[in-house]
Amino acid sequence: MYWNKEETLPRKELEELQLAKLQAVVKRVYDRVPFYRQKFDALGLKPEHIKKLADLRNLPFTVKDDLRDNYPYGLFATPMSEVVRVHASSGTTGKPTVVGYTRKDIETWSDLIARCLVSAGAHQGDIIHNAYGYGLFTGGLGFHYGAERIGATVIPVSGGNTQRQILIMKDFGSTILTCTPSYALYLADVAQEQGVDIKKLKLRVGIHGAEPWSERMRDEIEKRLGIAALDIYGLSEVIGPGVSCECIEEKHGLHVYEDHFLVEVIDPKSGQPVAPGEQGELVFTTLSKEAFPLIRYRTKDLSRLNTEPCKCGRTSYRMSRITGRTDDMLIIRGVNVFPSQIEHVLLNIEGLEPHYLIIVDRKGALDDLEVQVEVSEKIFSDEMKKMDQLKNKLENDLKDYLGVNAKVTLVEPKTIQRSEGKAKRVVDKRKL
Amino acid sequence: MKLKQISVFMENQPGRLAEMASSLGNAGINIMALTVAESTDFGVVRMIVKDFEKAMKILKDKKFTVRETEVLAVEIADQPGSLGKVLKVFAENDLNVEYMYAFVSRRQDALIVFRFDDIEKAIAVMKKSGIKVLTNEEVLALTK
Repeated sequence: MYWNKEETLPRKELEELQLAKLQAVVKRVYDRVPFYRQKFDALGLKPEHIKKLADLRNLPFTVKDDLRDNYPYGLFATPMSEVVRVHASSGTTGKPTVVGYTRKDIETWSDLIARCLVSAGAHQGDIIHNAYGYGLFTGGLGFHYGAERIGATVIPVSGGNTQRQILIMKDFGSTILTCTPSYALYLADVAQEQGVDIKKLKLRVGIHGAEPWSERMRDEIEKRLGIAALDIYGLSEVIGPGVSCECIEEKHGLHVYEDHFLVEVIDPKSGQPVAPGEQGELVFTTLSKEAFPLIRYRTKDLSRLNTEPCKCGRTSYRMSRITGRTDDMLIIRGVNVFPSQIEHVLLNIEGLEPHYLIIVDRKGALDDLEVQVEVSEKIFSDEMKKMDQLKNKLENDLKDYLGVNAKVTLVEPKTIQRSEGKAKRVVDKRKL
Repeated sequence: MKLKQISVFMENQPGRLAEMASSLGNAGINIMALTVAESTDFGVVRMIVKDFEKAMKILKDKKFTVRETEVLAVEIADQPGSLGKVLKVFAENDLNVEYMYAFVSRRQDALIVFRFDDIEKAIAVMKKSGIKVLTNEEVLALTK
C-alpha cells in the first residue's frame, strides 16, 4: 500500500522530477535568501548552472552554524506573513534552531507522515496513540497532521503521564503507537507494573524514531509489546519526522522520500561522496519546502544507502539505521543535547569551573543523564544547605535549558580527567 | 575568641575520609573535634585541629578542597538541661545556629562548637548572657 504515486515512480522518472525540483529550489534560494546568494556568488554559481542532478555536488554545504548565524528567520525564503508555523530544536549554544512552514509545507509534511503511516500498514479506522511530545519539537504535531491526513483517529496523548497512557491505550483501543523506542519499552515496564498485559491490547504497529536504536531493541519492543516496530527518521531542519521510514513488508532500511529530499552520503572529513553502500554523513537537499529550503544540509548523522529495489515496490533508496554522529550531540529521551549547552549553564554560575563530565546511562528503558561538576574552593561552603542550593540550582538550570532532567553530582576538584587537547566530556554507557 | 575550623569537601568514596585522617595523623596533627555532614554523593567534614595552619597546608597539598570557617567553642555545664538553657538564650536573641557538634575533651564541662550565621552578634549575645566562650589558647590547651 502506498499513499502517493511518487513512492513507486521508476527511477528515471523520479530523477527527472528531482532535477526539475532541484533547479526550482536553487533558483528560489538564490532569489530569496541573501545567505545563499552570497555563497553562490562567491563560488561564481548561478541557478542555471544546474543542468543535471550531479551538478548538486558543485553547490556549497549548509551547516547548523549557518542556521545559528541567521537566527531566527534569516534563512526563510518566504515573508513571515506566509509562514503558518514554526518549530525549534536544540542549538549548540544559547539559541535554538528555528524552522518555518508555509501552509503548503504543512501539507507536504502531512503527506510524508501519511506515507510513513501507510507504509507501516496504518489506515482509516486505526486509532493512533501519538506519544511524541507536542510543542516546539516536531514529533507530536508532525505525526498528528499525518494521522488526520489518512483519516485515522489520533489520540494526542503527547509525552509523560505514563500510567494514564496505559489506561488510555487499553480503554480507547489504540492500534498504532508512535513514540521514541525507549518510551515504548518504558510503556511496557509500566504496563507490567500495573498488571496490564500490553501484548493483549489492540496495538499492532509502533513507529519509533527521534533517537538511535538497534535491532536488539526492535526485537525487545516487538516481543514485549506484541507489535511490529518500525524505524522512522527525520530532523526539524529538513522537515521533521517523515524524511524516511521503514516499510512493514521488509523492515530493512528506511525509504527516503526522494521526490522531496535529495540524499547524499559523504565522507565527513573530505566532504566527498563515499563509495556506494559505504557509511558516511547524511546530507539532504529539500526539494519541495517553501519557507525553509536547505541546500546540502549536513546532518552529522552517520548512515549508508542501499540502492537495491525493495520488495514493497517503493523505488526509493533505503538508508540504514543511524549508526552514530560526527559530532558530540547526545540524544537523551528523544531530546538533542549538546555538551556545549551544559557548559554554557555551568559557566553562568559564578565561581564554577568548566570542568565537568557527562554520564549517560540507560536505567531500565529510559535514559539517565548525570553531570559531574567539580567544586572549586570559591564555591565550596561548610554549610550543607548552601551546597544543596548550588546543586538544586544547577539541576533546575539544566532542566530549563536542555528540556531534560539531569542529575548533578558535585565532585572534588581536579578529579575529572584533564587531557591535552580535546577533553573527554562524555561517557555514554548506553547499550542500544 | 573566634575559633578556626577547617571544612573539607569530600566525595562519598571509600577511603577518602581515611586518607584525610591519616594525612593529618602522619604529620602529628591532633584532631580535637570533628563532624561530618553527608548528602547522597558528597559530605562536608568540619574539624578543629591542634595546628590549624599546618593542617590547612597538608590538606591543600593533598588536593583536598578546604575552607576556613569561624566558629565559637562554648562551655556548658555537663549536666541535664544545660544545653537547652543555652539554646534558649540563642533563640530569644534570634541567633541562628547553622550547625553544632561536641568536643572531645577530658575536662569536667562539656564543650560545644557552634557555627552561627552571624558570629559577631553571637559573641555579643554570649557576653551579655554570661555564656562562656573559650579563647583560642584555652581550646588549644585542651590537648597535648
